[in-house]
Amino acid sequence: MTPASRYETHEHDVLIIGAGGAGLRAAIEALEQGARVAVVCKSLLGKAHTVMAEGGMAAAMANVDKADNWRIHFRDTMNGGKRLNNWRMAQLHAQESPDRVRELEQWGALFDRTADGEILQRAFGGHTFKRLCHVGDRTGLEMIRTLQDRGVEMGFDVFMECTVTRLLKDGDRVAGAFAYWRNSGDFVVFKAKAVVIATGGIGKSWKITSNSWECTGDGMALAYDAGAELLDMEFVQFHPTGMVWPPGVTGVLVTEAVRGEGGILRNNNGDRFMEKYDPKRLELSTRDVVARAIYTEVKEGRGSPHGGAFLDISHKPAEYVKRKLPSMYHQFKELADVDITRGPMEVGPTCHYVMGGIRVDAETGQSSAPGLFAAGEVAAGLHGANRLGGNSLSDLLVFGRRAGLAAAHYAQKQSWPSMEDAQVDLAARRALAPFACGGGENPYAVHHDLQEVMQNLVGIFRTDEDLRRALVALDHLKQRAKRVSAQGSRVFNPGWHLCFDLDAMLTLSEACTRAALARKESRGAHSRIDFPKTEDGWGRKNQVIVKKGDAMDLFEVPRPPLPDELEQILAEDK
Amino acid sequence: MAQATATLRVYRGDRETGQAIDYQVPLTPGMVVLDAIHSIEAHQSPDLAVRWNCKAAKCGSCSAEVNGRPRLMCKTRMDSLPLDQPITVFPMKAFPVIKDLVTDVSWNYEVNKKITPFRPRPNVEWKMDQADVDRVQEFRKCIECFLCQNVCHVLREHDMKKEFGGPRFFVRSAALEMHPLDGADRAALLKDQLGIGYCNITKCCTEVCPEEIHITDNAIIPLKERVVDQFYDPLTMIVRKIFGSQ
Ligand SMILES: Cc1cc2nc3c(=O)[nH]c(=O)nc-3n(C[C@H](O)[C@H](O)[C@H](O)COP(=O)(O)OP(=O)(O)OC[C@H]3O[C@@H](n4cnc5c(N)ncnc54)[C@H](O)[C@@H]3O)c2cc1C
Ligand code: SF4
Ligand code: SF4
Ligand code: FES
Repeated sequence: MTPASRYETHEHDVLIIGAGGAGLRAAIEALEQGARVAVVCKSLLGKAHTVMAEGGMAAAMANVDKADNWRIHFRDTMNGGKRLNNWRMAQLHAQESPDRVRELEQWGALFDRTADGEILQRAFGGHTFKRLCHVGDRTGLEMIRTLQDRGVEMGFDVFMECTVTRLLKDGDRVAGAFAYWRNSGDFVVFKAKAVVIATGGIGKSWKITSNSWECTGDGMALAYDAGAELLDMEFVQFHPTGMVWPPGVTGVLVTEAVRGEGGILRNNNGDRFMEKYDPKRLELSTRDVVARAIYTEVKEGRGSPHGGAFLDISHKPAEYVKRKLPSMYHQFKELADVDITRGPMEVGPTCHYVMGGIRVDAETGQSSAPGLFAAGEVAAGLHGANRLGGNSLSDLLVFGRRAGLAAAHYAQKQSWPSMEDAQVDLAARRALAPFACGGGENPYAVHHDLQEVMQNLVGIFRTDEDLRRALVALDHLKQRAKRVSAQGSRVFNPGWHLCFDLDAMLTLSEACTRAALARKESRGAHSRIDFPKTEDGWGRKNQVIVKKGDAMDLFEVPRPPLPDELEQILAEDK
Repeated sequence: MAQATATLRVYRGDRETGQAIDYQVPLTPGMVVLDAIHSIEAHQSPDLAVRWNCKAAKCGSCSAEVNGRPRLMCKTRMDSLPLDQPITVFPMKAFPVIKDLVTDVSWNYEVNKKITPFRPRPNVEWKMDQADVDRVQEFRKCIECFLCQNVCHVLREHDMKKEFGGPRFFVRSAALEMHPLDGADRAALLKDQLGIGYCNITKCCTEVCPEEIHITDNAIIPLKERVVDQFYDPLTMIVRKIFGSQ
């Protein structure tokens, strides 16, 4: 009997897992190439994590600062990433993002405007020029709605509230996925000639995070299990400004646009402390620097009442603040009883973004597993050791499009895959295991403990001792996770759903910890107290993680040298 | 002294049957209703079904009826509610329940497909004034929470889902119609397929919109005027008689 006769089965040329900016852009491009496309996502369409993006997308359009061009954007990105970036990705990204933004506009997006009617751009940390195209502080919503409408118009098949738990293979080639419907708990099999993973980040493994519940690293874990390589997993970005109070909203993001629009950071003595940490760029320094500065101020006793720093924009006219930062205004007013047009906010670092992820080819997004492509936050390379604000949304468009294109072309050359029943049976058995584990561990408790471990031991500042303790703790948590149990029915059962998410989070947490332990230097978002210097030797290599049997194998790969003309651009830096 | 716990009376059930169950939840400063629901999930009932994503009022997933009022749970502070009585948390009434607080909102996605998407006028120059954009950006703020759909009596009481598109889709239509560079005409669609005529301007939708979009005044009324101008304006009707429609 074939799997098709037992479970609901769908066949498409290209299967896209994830409906954030990257997944939707990939879908549109694959449709453009004439492929039949399925998009699968855990939430309702239009509600992926991308919807929360606030400040804007970076593209050297030179609408505001005429001197801007792709070379400077390239250089800023490489410098922000401490030169660990994949140079080809940084180049393509800087060159192509203006077109990707214009395209969005032509599909109906409405950006804020300059006086002469062009797309307005704002300043952001680490960008030499005003570069972020934006819509107030809800740029992600504008992006996702535009892409969603475009995809619906072009006719992709959407499978929403459907979670993939395993990739299926035909021999070595990735050829589909096994998933469950959240609403019913029924299983579904997707067969495809090419698969694109666009599942976003891993922030939910930390206690204080700006990420939505979906960011459990599923895509990286799926790819890892299917044999694909992960790259740069030690680099996790802590955004300097998350809310610190009240407790329920701790970690919720305060957009960098507050600083982009002129917001000032102070400690409890009223000192503008960034003068000490980065006198040139002040509040608009890169995120790694500002996050460490705030952390240090708090640690040394100069923090705000709830353990953060003060961020103040109230020197700007109230009307201006409300117009440029409307959702920040409401967020603080409604959730924290603070009127940001009158007084400062309290902010502190929050786990925000993962630079590491699936190792991909720069041009095509192809992973090291045949038939498997990746784009967006789930993929690694563009951002190196630290991402600049605004470079993610443009990343989603540039590399979402490239992955969709390459996947569609790859699919044209493939025959229909055939899959053994055994894989599907195994996936189904694994999925149902938590129901058979009566009286086992509560998945929420395991998740809670995982977040404590990552927050306390694999945070902004790291040491050999902490990281080793984290590995021991993770091992223990893995044992507990094997015994998690689900109660109730299979119909929309969050406790059961969390059992799958836990597996992925544990895998990625381990990958992050192992890579962090091995990188004996400080660079970008990775700060080792025991190795505080940035070492040239480490700047010439990236770390790769791959599954070997049941164990994690970590090895170094040399960073490809830059071609002369790009070296030249970097050298022009004053 | 501040109260230590609150009682949440939460709907538990599915399409067929259900009942309200009381849970005691410890209160923390600044807690929102969604925090309380999560606390129940983590400590008392892990299979309690609820939709949410951002917990920051940005995604429109966590719509429910709190003490009978349609709200986003992540934006509703516990300390804004009378805590001496049980707080009721029920799913949106206008949509079929899947389980507990989760409803089947797929109908909305079907309606959306009927709307003529953005069609730029031929050979436009891609320049726009902020003033023209402002008007449309109000509508583009919509987070698709479907709370307006939930309260509109045409859908809630009369269940006219076949004839009527609902306020959310008048908002989307208005965004397209008023886009400075759009060239499509959606009057017939609004009249025949979205049934804008059934709206009798009660403004209930505007009252519940968490994005404070002036749905009735700024979207529906101008759209109704467009429909009237095109279909009931005597001059247009004569022109149409002579030349045929379009
Ligand atoms: C609050 C906030 C503000 C931000 N602001 C900015 C900004 O201003 N500028 C900027 O450039 N970046 C910003 N970022 C970062 C940026 O938003 C994200 O990096 C980006 O949106 C990620 O997009 P994505 O398409 O890769 O994935 P996501 O948008 O995270 O989408 C992932 C998709 O994958 C699906 N998925 C996941 N797992 C599975 C599974 N197992 N099965 C099926 N589907 C699955 C999800 O349902 C979802 O549809 C911000 C981030 C946050 C948290
Ligand atoms: S104003 Fe119209 S659309 Fe809004 S609730 Fe009333 S009848 Fe419904
Ligand atoms: S118009 Fe307002 S109430 Fe209606 S779906 Fe949009 S945000 Fe929600
Ligand atoms: S969880 Fe996103 S709006 Fe409430």
